[in-house]
Amino acid sequence: MSSEPLVLGIESSCDETGVGIVRGHTLLADALASSVDEHARFGGVVPEVASRAHLQALVPTLHRALDEAGVTLADIDAIAVTAGPGLAGALLVGVAGAKGLALATEKPIYGVNHLAAHVAVDTLEHGPLPEPAIALLVSGGHSSLLRVDDLARGVTPLGATIDDAAGEAFDKVARLLGMPFPGGPPIDKAARDGDPLAITFPRGLTGPKDLVEHRFDFSFSGLKTAVARWVEARERSGEPVPVNDVAASFQDAVCDVLTRKAIDACRTQGIETLVIGGGVAANSRLKAMAAERAAKYGITVRVPRPKLCTDNGAMVAALGAHLVAAGTAPSKLDFAADSAMPLTLVGV
Amino acid sequence: MLVLVLDTATPAVTAALAEVHPSGHAVLAQRATVDGRAHGELLAPQIDALLAEAGVKPRDLAAVIAGVGPGPFTGLRVGLVTAASFTMALDIPAYGVCTLDALGLRTAGRALVATDARRREVYWAVYADGRPLTGPAVDKPADVAPKLAGYAVTAAVGEGAAKYADVFGLPAGAQLYPEPSALVELAASRVCDGAPSEPLTPLYLRRPDAVEPAARKPALSASER
Ligand SMILES: [Zn+2]
Repeated sequence: MSSEPLVLGIESSCDETGVGIVRGHTLLADALASSVDEHARFGGVVPEVASRAHLQALVPTLHRALDEAGVTLADIDAIAVTAGPGLAGALLVGVAGAKGLALATEKPIYGVNHLAAHVAVDTLEHGPLPEPAIALLVSGGHSSLLRVDDLARGVTPLGATIDDAAGEAFDKVARLLGMPFPGGPPIDKAARDGDPLAITFPRGLTGPKDLVEHRFDFSFSGLKTAVARWVEARERSGEPVPVNDVAASFQDAVCDVLTRKAIDACRTQGIETLVIGGGVAANSRLKAMAAERAAKYGITVRVPRPKLCTDNGAMVAALGAHLVAAGTAPSKLDFAADSAMPLTLVGV
Repeated sequence: MLVLVLDTATPAVTAALAEVHPSGHAVLAQRATVDGRAHGELLAPQIDALLAEAGVKPRDLAAVIAGVGPGPFTGLRVGLVTAASFTMALDIPAYGVCTLDALGLRTAGRALVATDARRREVYWAVYADGRPLTGPAVDKPADVAPKLAGYAVTAAVGEGAAKYADVFGLPAGAQLYPEPSALVELAASRVCDGAPSEPLTPLYLRRPDAVEPAARKPALSASER
């Protein structure tokens, strides 16, 4: 056995069935099956549809990952699986499947936190994470600011969205503008030809009073409504809706708040590393704005490549490998999938 | 040949180890815990305990037999994904058995098999001397009851039959959940013949609950329009 652990990770918390294989910080395979197309006409993920798709996809995705990595299950040192948070029924397919694999192969199993895995995945791209670090996790399901002192032990939540997740706001605004689900990529694309200063949309929880009570929290519900009202007023007056300008102005409002609060967290806590993860981290404007603002204060921004930002099995394997390397005890076989798993738990 | 037997299509989280030979079959050890909400927590430790108890290593297994439902989806999937990952890891075949068929196997004459489908419905089928006379279906007990006379049903088994005994007007038998030995019996010939592995397709019998979104609601209040 090599000194670095060979870990297989399984992800099934939402609509992506992911199986990743890593050796330490080296990515060997990242196989993915997505049910996103089956959810598109519903404008959001339908839990039962996702669960059914996970059951169908798990074994074929396992085979693909093992082939891609050129290893067999016998070579694997440990199996990691997302235990939560996420959709209960979807999580359970991955958890039960991982337990079956662990039992059959007599390997240790690690039930891990999906959000901590979004942080850990960056080690596959940029090597070990300097600690402490601030992590900004933004996707269709979560928007959180965390302080990471020791990724093997737990992370400290600093703030989170009080209503919609950032990715959810992208989905809703995209729908409003007649763009497909998920909304992130089409808005990013349209925004490139738009003027981000054309319309001034509200920045949630950035007022003086909010900065006392909700300094590191986010709110995107008001923004989404403001965009809807603006577009509707335009439509009613019979004027054309400048889709690209709306997309650019909306996107800038989201990215402005996210990066402003993330940099604020780094500065007030004296932390020099900001890692951004989750599907929204694939947004080109978010990355550019974070890099530009961080540079002013000597803060290093780490963003993994887009395929590692969205949900995948490699992130779960990366966190599993981190736990194995840290000497963390494996999970017991009776652990439950926890749809509301707290961030303070890295593993179960 | 040693086989692992799983069924999670009812609240009874069931696992067993059985020996199957052309000359016969026997269940060596079995466990069933009735808890409709904890399939994911209970099943793997039960399998682990069974293997340990029998002194069997996973690699000694020659096949997995799994109940494919119908049953409440979340629990049903736990057994099927466990069976699928086991057979994948050990490169052994999987064989599916309709859970209602396992419940109906030991009934005599015309019998109703009904399990609890939640939402005040049952998964059901009618059996004639242990063999299915109808395909599995999901319905309200009150909609099943009038059909039973037509099939000349005189007996009923399964948790659903017990729960709605007064609606069906049939005395419910003692058997509430599928017996591992019945699952083994229904798959034994496939195990002995080395039949090709089967995809374990769950019998959902219901579509997912999902509604397409309605037209977008106006964001401006009436006075602003
Ligand atoms: Zn995620």
